[in-house]
Amino acid sequence: MKRMLSWAAIAVGVVYFFLPLVGMLEFSLKMRRGEYSLDAYRSVMGDPQFQATFGYSVLMACLTIVFGVLVVVPTVFWVRLKLPRLRPFMEFITLLPLVIPPIVIVFGYIRLFNTSSWLPLTGSALGTDFLLMCGYAVLALPYMYRAVDTGLAAIDLGTLTEAAQSLGAGWITILARVILPNVLVAVLSGAFLTFAIVIGEYVFAALLDRPAFGPYLVWAGGNKAYEPAALAVITFALTWACMALIQLATKFSKHTRMPR
Amino acid sequence: MAYLDLNGLQKSFGANQVVKSFDLGIEKGEFVSLLGPSGCGKTTVLRMVAGFEAPSSGVIRIDGQDVTALRPNQRNIGMVFQAYALFPNLNVAQNVGFGLKIAGVPAAEITARVAEMLAMIGLPEMGARYPFQLSGGQQQRVALARALAPRPRVLLLDEPLSALDAKIRVSLRAEIRDIQRKLGITTIFVTHDQEEALSMSDRVVVMNGGRAEQVGAPFEIYNHPATRFVAQFVGTLNTLDGVVTDAALGEVTVQGQSLRLPQPIAAAQGATVGLALRPEVVHLEADAAQISRGDFALPAKIAAVQFLGAVIRVKADTAAGAISLDLFNRPDAPPPPLGAEVALRFRGQDVIVLG
Repeated sequence: MKRMLSWAAIAVGVVYFFLPLVGMLEFSLKMRRGEYSLDAYRSVMGDPQFQATFGYSVLMACLTIVFGVLVVVPTVFWVRLKLPRLRPFMEFITLLPLVIPPIVIVFGYIRLFNTSSWLPLTGSALGTDFLLMCGYAVLALPYMYRAVDTGLAAIDLGTLTEAAQSLGAGWITILARVILPNVLVAVLSGAFLTFAIVIGEYVFAALLDRPAFGPYLVWAGGNKAYEPAALAVITFALTWACMALIQLATKFSKHTRMPR
Repeated sequence: MAYLDLNGLQKSFGANQVVKSFDLGIEKGEFVSLLGPSGCGKTTVLRMVAGFEAPSSGVIRIDGQDVTALRPNQRNIGMVFQAYALFPNLNVAQNVGFGLKIAGVPAAEITARVAEMLAMIGLPEMGARYPFQLSGGQQQRVALARALAPRPRVLLLDEPLSALDAKIRVSLRAEIRDIQRKLGITTIFVTHDQEEALSMSDRVVVMNGGRAEQVGAPFEIYNHPATRFVAQFVGTLNTLDGVVTDAALGEVTVQGQSLRLPQPIAAAQGATVGLALRPEVVHLEADAAQISRGDFALPAKIAAVQFLGAVIRVKADTAAGAISLDLFNRPDAPPPPLGAEVALRFRGQDVIVLG
């Protein structure tokens, strides 16, 4: 009886989660009257605005990942190694982006870095792009921090660092050749999560007026019928692809495989 | 000046002084063990030599060079850790060649040196394996090869055998000592296992409370402990109380019997002194008639018998307290039964007077 109830609960969950997706997928295929077709997808892919905004967001996501890794990995490494008492504080700081609405953060940015401020980043496209990347890095911080922190917790950080030091390695060598390769799977998890967040982000891009994919999704939703459903399916597929890549990275990381 | 000279080393963590004025000179090629209980400061001394801890005061010199202020990666000191610390993302050959690569040694030389090191540790075919594919003993051998590959000036071993099972420990300690002798590398070995320290070292430093209680050859440490702590920490010890009857002649009485010690006693006549005996110097006489007049013998009753294989450890109760003694196992002479009345005989020259 208990087993039946468990299966029933799973079934309800699956229906609740997948039914809207199936409905959306089906709707996205019904652009041509009376038959299923990929017209909506063709229309989306052929739209120069889609290509431009999607390309821009992919580029921003990649830059955010690089920026995030460069900031987060050395920070977490140093806190775990030398300042473990700061960990609760770091936990708190990195959780803030989850509780402070993005709109508050972006207005703070605009106020701090507007054209009449001491650092007028919003005065140029490049400066605004940099600001947007920083904003994305902040949004992704809770995920990137936790992924890297969990990865570093799984290795004997102190001893590996000391072993590398005794063999003549400096801090940069230790980070690049010893620490990063050993937390690569964790870093990749953080990177794919960052990618998924950046691709669909709306508030930062819209308020900083950058041609990103998030604002395009909203614009398409208000102006087209079938294409928004196709775009939603594409976005879902991208997110799932990121999740699958995390799994693949874990599977193909040969030195983490357990002995049989 | 010694090759490795530790002069007046002190280390405090806040108000807690863990190393108190530690001095030690180690000659080139010498194997010295730091032996002591947990918290005695032995690992802290090792970490100061490695450069992982900065001394609160004192100087560390290697071959005349003051290295106290140098960072760990500038000291050219090899270190082997208890937890192996092999880099999981690198295979065995890459691990062994890591230090050489950092030093910018040409690839061909690295390959040759790695092959030489792997042959030395008896794992010539294991270069392509990853650490997780090796046993604990193999991992520690690779860690040793990795530490030795860059030809360090000093080798530090931080309880390298503690994580291994008993049989591997015994074989690996002999291997480590052989390799150390072959390479003639100056080595400091930290352990809390007295058997390891005594069996491997040229000299042993027994540490307690942040200080070196005694520095000496294993034979010296075991047979002539300088302090009560050393006597009690190294090996098993039976303690008895004796009353001094003639300090200059080294005469005491134990349970009413007179015992002549080999040296004068630094205590007043009538004073009670602590006497210690190793289990192996106490002889068991099952038949009291075998004891000749003039021999020192205490009547005893067998309280416990522990069969350890080659050795049988017997515990006997006497009026002066419980005494343990070791007998060699002989198939034709079974150990005495529990409760048997026996006599325990020992010579005055085997008695250690505790300070």
